[in-house]
Amino acid sequence: MSENTTIVENATCTFCGCVCDDMELTVDLDEKRITKARNACVLGRAWFLEHRHQERPAALIDGREVSVEEAIEEAAQTLVKARFPIIYGLSDTTCEAQRQAVALADFLDGNIDTTTSVCHGPSGIAFQGVGESTATLGEVKNRADLLIYWGGNPAEAHPRHFTRYAVTPKGMFVPNGKKDRTVVLVDVRATPSTPVADIFIKVRPGRDFEVLWALRALVRGKPVDPGIEEVTGVPLATLEDLVERMKNCNFGVLFFGMGLTMTRGRHFNSGALLSLATDLNEFTHFVAKPVRGHGNVTGADNVVSWQTGYPFGVNFNRGYPRFNPGEFTTVDVLARGEADAACIISSDPASNFPRAAIEHLKRIPVITFDPKPTVTSELAHVAFTTATYGINVTGTAYRMDDVPIMLRPAFESPYPSDEELLRAITDRVRELRNG
Amino acid sequence: MTDTLLLIPVRSNKQGTSLNVGKLEPEYQQVTSTVELDPQDMERLGLEAGNQIRLRARSGAEVVVTCQPRKAKDPSPGLMFIPYGPASSQLMEADTAATGMALSKHLEVQVEGPL
Amino acid sequence: MSTMLRITNGRVYDPANDIDGEIRDVCVRDGRIVEQLPEDAPTLDASGMVVMPGGVDMHCHIAGSKVNLARKLQPEDHRLDVHPRTRLTRSGTGGVVPSTFTTGYRYATLGYTTAMEAAAPPLSARHVLEELHDTPIVDAGFYILMGNNEFLYRLLEKGRMEEFRHAVAWWLSSTKAYGIKLVNPGSDEAWKGKRNANIVDLDQPVNAFDVTPRKVIKALIDVANDLGLPHPAHIHCNNLGHSGNYATTLETMKIAEGRRAHITHIQFHSYGGEPGRNPTSKAAEISEYINTHPNISADVGQVMFGKSTSMTADAPLAWMLRNVTRGKWVNADVECESGCGIVPFTYQEHVYTHAIQWAIGLELFLMAEDPWRMVLSTDHPNGGSFLSYPRLIRLLMDREFRREQAARVNQKALANTSLLDLDREYTLREIAIVTRAGPARLLGLKHKGHLGVGADADITIYDEQEDKEAMFNAARYVIKGGELFIDNHEFCADTEGRILHVAPEFDDSITEELRPFFEDYYSIRFENYAVDDRYAPHAEVIPTGA
Repeated sequence: MSENTTIVENATCTFCGCVCDDMELTVDLDEKRITKARNACVLGRAWFLEHRHQERPAALIDGREVSVEEAIEEAAQTLVKARFPIIYGLSDTTCEAQRQAVALADFLDGNIDTTTSVCHGPSGIAFQGVGESTATLGEVKNRADLLIYWGGNPAEAHPRHFTRYAVTPKGMFVPNGKKDRTVVLVDVRATPSTPVADIFIKVRPGRDFEVLWALRALVRGKPVDPGIEEVTGVPLATLEDLVERMKNCNFGVLFFGMGLTMTRGRHFNSGALLSLATDLNEFTHFVAKPVRGHGNVTGADNVVSWQTGYPFGVNFNRGYPRFNPGEFTTVDVLARGEADAACIISSDPASNFPRAAIEHLKRIPVITFDPKPTVTSELAHVAFTTATYGINVTGTAYRMDDVPIMLRPAFESPYPSDEELLRAITDRVRELRNG
Repeated sequence: MTDTLLLIPVRSNKQGTSLNVGKLEPEYQQVTSTVELDPQDMERLGLEAGNQIRLRARSGAEVVVTCQPRKAKDPSPGLMFIPYGPASSQLMEADTAATGMALSKHLEVQVEGPL
Repeated sequence: MSTMLRITNGRVYDPANDIDGEIRDVCVRDGRIVEQLPEDAPTLDASGMVVMPGGVDMHCHIAGSKVNLARKLQPEDHRLDVHPRTRLTRSGTGGVVPSTFTTGYRYATLGYTTAMEAAAPPLSARHVLEELHDTPIVDAGFYILMGNNEFLYRLLEKGRMEEFRHAVAWWLSSTKAYGIKLVNPGSDEAWKGKRNANIVDLDQPVNAFDVTPRKVIKALIDVANDLGLPHPAHIHCNNLGHSGNYATTLETMKIAEGRRAHITHIQFHSYGGEPGRNPTSKAAEISEYINTHPNISADVGQVMFGKSTSMTADAPLAWMLRNVTRGKWVNADVECESGCGIVPFTYQEHVYTHAIQWAIGLELFLMAEDPWRMVLSTDHPNGGSFLSYPRLIRLLMDREFRREQAARVNQKALANTSLLDLDREYTLREIAIVTRAGPARLLGLKHKGHLGVGADADITIYDEQEDKEAMFNAARYVIKGGELFIDNHEFCADTEGRILHVAPEFDDSITEELRPFFEDYYSIRFENYAVDDRYAPHAEVIPTGA
């Protein structure tokens, strides 16, 4: 470690959707790395400390090192030639870059989708159907006396969710912190999150919808058959007890994770949970909140929504935005073999997507933007190495509760930002298309 | 022996931290190709910790992973858990039922092993 | 580079400068109106056309977290109304809550060049600014919600009015806001802290705090005046939408004690009758008060039949509407600052309440003796989309059309109003006042809303037509900041508008009190709260102070 260090206070961690903005980073300016990340959780520490300057070419075409300018030209040409170009990813970059990405899709008459479609996309669909009663995390900290986590494992996926926002902090109307709150965890298995809960309810896999619907019935005073236990693994008495707690709390919260959206029922599960929270408002104040994953996936939802009217899975082939999950979502356009070029921004579908989608990705020209090599960048036609948001570049990230936070970078990167690259490609695409 | 079990891909701390080291690095590869089974299921299938097993989806896709007994107190017979990654993706089907979301947490797979 | 343009032969309506339909030149140079131009300056022939300052919407909901939630909530509404891309302009979707680009282009198409987002929680100021950045052409600003602010309540409890003033100034400066907004003051504590209750009386104690709505209203009216803000406190009164609420509205106006205050969407606050029963019209009583109190101004918040979206910081109101529609509902609590509710809604001619709301709005327009203080709004998209302004203008200008429309609505409701007795027809001069000159003056935007020398060259040119709805539906030419954006009905350029905001000074010691409050009760760091200049790259600071 060199003498040449600096401290960045109030920096923001963009690894998970908690987007904690209280980091104190010690930066070794000579070695260009973060040596200490005070206040960071285990995931945040890895996010900051593992970010080392790597000697990699800024741009590659088919594995050959090229100038950034050359790669921008090739990317623009590739996208303009395509008949069904798709843009995907975007949850691990700034809103500023996301805005450019939608512009690129617009001027290409292309398709844009974000990692939302394989995360809380079903919750987005449910939201369109029934709405949502929700709150910022500070409100949860100040007021919530009943917390229910459903299908999520914050201890491992959002480690500071309990400690900074929801369970342990003392709030304005819950001055004793955890002592003033009841915590319920609903999942198919015990996890490292379970010890935090006062009540653990174990649901048979794929039976969340049945449990949620039974709760809705009980809240409305409708009878539920005791056979519910056989179907869901949860005794009726347990559900009745939970309903009493929900109706009698002062400020209740239902946090839910991908245990609902990725399993049998998908958007029906999210819709049932959102509706349950709404129903409970007949009795008390109740809110619900998807616990979002990647650092700025919530920003991606917001940007795509304000620019197009729709949150993800948007297609511009007709010169205006159209939305249809299943038709314009990325897994589908790849698995059906429709896309003929792909622009992947800070995401790794070649390792996360179903096999049929990956197989198609291998057949078409792919352009990647990523600070580190990934399975997707390995198969890319054009691969850009980019500066990392929140570590090397500033910009905006939206926390899971839609609160926008400005990022304070720790040190400069030799690589360009996603925003700069996307802007340059968009400008070139406009030149090429407008003649 | 072979049997059909329900595979549920999950997040774990290690998956999250190794991701930051790099997805092409050995640690991430190892974390995402280790599946946890209920000890009773392992015994029934004649498996020991560290054995290689083959998982086969209904689509025919298959992967070879390492198995470990699940350490949690609650029994979970019939269930397997694996951190998200390339192995779990191989087993997912591409049909999203018009949602954009492949069924990613409810995979019925055939288990074969030890190999 | 010097850009010049001489608009010739147009009939000019510039009420702020007492020009009433005179045929005369308007000269533009470097973004401003000038006295004269060289002989060879380029000209635009406006023969047969009407020239007005660009429209100014002082109360609409177009950007920020609640708007975006409402946008996301209604894909069915976007699908029916697409906005295609051109070589120059971005695509988008319309409906009652259009995408950002579409919002900017459509405002420009109507001839509007300035718009004020009316309710932003300070915590999401960045979000508002990001969306306004993507709302092209129009200059814009926003009001921050201050009427349910817990830190301010604490100061108010102790009567620390000097610190109160500094804190409000800090909040305005830190968020790049234009003004102070109050929404159903006191209600959020009841809503969030007392099982979805509401507050109904100005003297009722606010849940958990030793303040009352009256105290909050008085303090914020005073602070806006004391800071010399260009626009006074912008007040959404308590009891919106409830029968009998006109008494609360009158009482609220009296709290100002002669000081400036703006009552927004006053139509929604002009109802007689008993709570829970059908409303009656109290437009006459409200108009009488405003006509005789020059310190008070209002925008109407006209209801227009058809699809709307109720989106409001008044969460208990949205819950009430949800219990009417039993449909989609959004609630969004914002820590320490605000609440929010969203309900898609349709105003229908045959429904008693909707018809009387429509009629009361028109009564308020037609009874206003001073149109400079009773300006046009639909509280977009609450009472209806801003796209319905042309129709509203026709309702005001065309008595026969108004009667035809009145014949279609619930007659029992109509009979409980004096609408059919009101023969007044607005003139083009009066339309120019309620859509441009008036709002600009109420906002304290000295360089907007008129065409005098030195004013911003924000100019709209309409074809003069008998059918005023057709006339105001699409401007033939629109100039913003001296640049031509709509040329013979076609967009010929695209640009970002400016952000209009205030930056009143405050004593830095207030931050020493704010910081620990943030540490205890907010979920983001105090140091990360203030919005920096990058969020408003084209900003204009409107001066404050005496």
